[in-house]
Amino acid sequence: MFSRDMQQKIGFGFLRLSALCVLSILAVILYDIISKGIGVINWEFLTTAPSHGMTKGGIFPAIVGTFSVTVITALLAVPLGMFAAIYLNEYAKQGRITKLIRMSIRNLAGVPSIVFGLFGLALFVQILGFGTSILSAGLTLGLMTLPVTITASEEALKTIPNSYRNGSLALGVTKWYAIRTNVLPYAIPGMLTGTILGLSRAAGETAPILFTGAAFFLPFLPDSPFSQFMALPYHLYVMSTQHHDIAKVRPLAYGTALVLIALVLSMNMVAILLRYWLRKKAKR
Amino acid sequence: MVEKFFLLNGLLVVFILVGIFYLLLNESLPTFKEVSIVEFFTSTTWNPTGYHKVSYGIVSLIFSTIMVTVGSLIFAVPLGIACAAYLSEIAPAKAREILKPTIEILAGIPSVVIGFLGIVLIGPMIAKIFNLPNGLNAINGSVLLGIMALPTIISISEDAINAVPDDYKKASLALGATEWQTLVKVTIPAALSGIIAAVMLGMGRAIGETMAVLMATGNAPAFPKSIFSAVRTLTATIGIELGEVAYNTTHYYSLFAVGLVLFVMTFLINIVSDWVLNKYEEAE
Repeated sequence: MFSRDMQQKIGFGFLRLSALCVLSILAVILYDIISKGIGVINWEFLTTAPSHGMTKGGIFPAIVGTFSVTVITALLAVPLGMFAAIYLNEYAKQGRITKLIRMSIRNLAGVPSIVFGLFGLALFVQILGFGTSILSAGLTLGLMTLPVTITASEEALKTIPNSYRNGSLALGVTKWYAIRTNVLPYAIPGMLTGTILGLSRAAGETAPILFTGAAFFLPFLPDSPFSQFMALPYHLYVMSTQHHDIAKVRPLAYGTALVLIALVLSMNMVAILLRYWLRKKAKR
Repeated sequence: MVEKFFLLNGLLVVFILVGIFYLLLNESLPTFKEVSIVEFFTSTTWNPTGYHKVSYGIVSLIFSTIMVTVGSLIFAVPLGIACAAYLSEIAPAKAREILKPTIEILAGIPSVVIGFLGIVLIGPMIAKIFNLPNGLNAINGSVLLGIMALPTIISISEDAINAVPDDYKKASLALGATEWQTLVKVTIPAALSGIIAAVMLGMGRAIGETMAVLMATGNAPAFPKSIFSAVRTLTATIGIELGEVAYNTTHYYSLFAVGLVLFVMTFLINIVSDWVLNKYEEAE
């Protein structure tokens, strides 16, 4: 058999190889999409609507659609996530209710995205009568993002030292006043990082918007929250599986994939840089 | 008053989780006016639009889901744990600085983009290696789901390995064990419950993933004959069919029933992994 040192060398070699493997998976993904997608990206691709049965033209309506839906998602998930986090970190006592809430957050995070799609269809499209629309899709994505925004906001609140709260309380103000003036202002940048990450995931989701508002093709831009919309992820799905001439539109699909990845990763990057900057500031 | 407002926000997550379950159940039940519940859970034929005889059996769909998921774990689990061990035990600071963002970016790539790569990159590769007419089959789905489960498995396993007290390792090293022996015989067994939770959460993610399998597994609703068969998972079935059915028909309700099965499966997985993690935190 191998000597002990040899064993260790082989073992560690295997670990290094695994790490390298994970690294190369990402490299291959990014290389393939960037190298084949960059060719179709130009001003026209980004600013015009698809034309000629979606074999030519750009993806402008899909960019606008994804942006609009993400705004609705943020309007729902950011404040609600913040409020829930304030309850959990500032008001809640350790007990049954808190335990139940935390368990629900973790379970909600594990609910499959397509199940959120079903829920959105039943609740927003049908029961509340919003129809297949930006509003329905945005609210569905918002509910899906809620666990992320709650967790992120709570992490941010946890980093604020108790002396900030006590200092304010000692002056005789109410608890809410202390939180509002002496805790939240310092916690908000931290809340933003996790929130942006959550929103970037929502912007790239397809399954929840399949039946709640995304449209195959629309020649015009959405004009109200009750319009249907084109979305980047759904457009990529259409261009790579549903289109009548898939081979011909392959370059356009690559271009769409590149724009989608660039959008999602730049949101990620903003969040990562913000976090890096915050940590540096905290160290000082 | 203020506290009650925040409490209500905290409880919202519980309401949403219960609401999802209730609506899925409510929309599923009409299915069983026309379809026997025994047929639903025991028939291998899923053919709601059959010309002569319609059939609603989900056995093939469940089997396909499990097959693709198990396939993904076969490579994602060893790779993920090895990568986590590398990160927490032997990686130099520089390698960590590259690998950590890599994993975050990998987690951020939208599932529709991964599915697209299944069509344009992995599919042709599989077709070539195994000499098949096309590469849209169960293996392709497994590879994609594995890639998507990796970030979850790596980051939670790493936390678990990091949490093993230094004393354990020092004691082992002091007895003359090599670092490799310490890692395999002491550290990883000590972190096992956390690693199991990581694997289960990765599995939950793989079972619930829609777009990647919808695009890359070929979508034949028959009982899969081999790992090279085209398969259709629970999620893909909803994704494909719900867009095409008329609202409030038996077919429509049956897709909610499929969603309910999916919800219950992932819910149970989450509860068990939650329980494992809790036990492990208490033991610390």
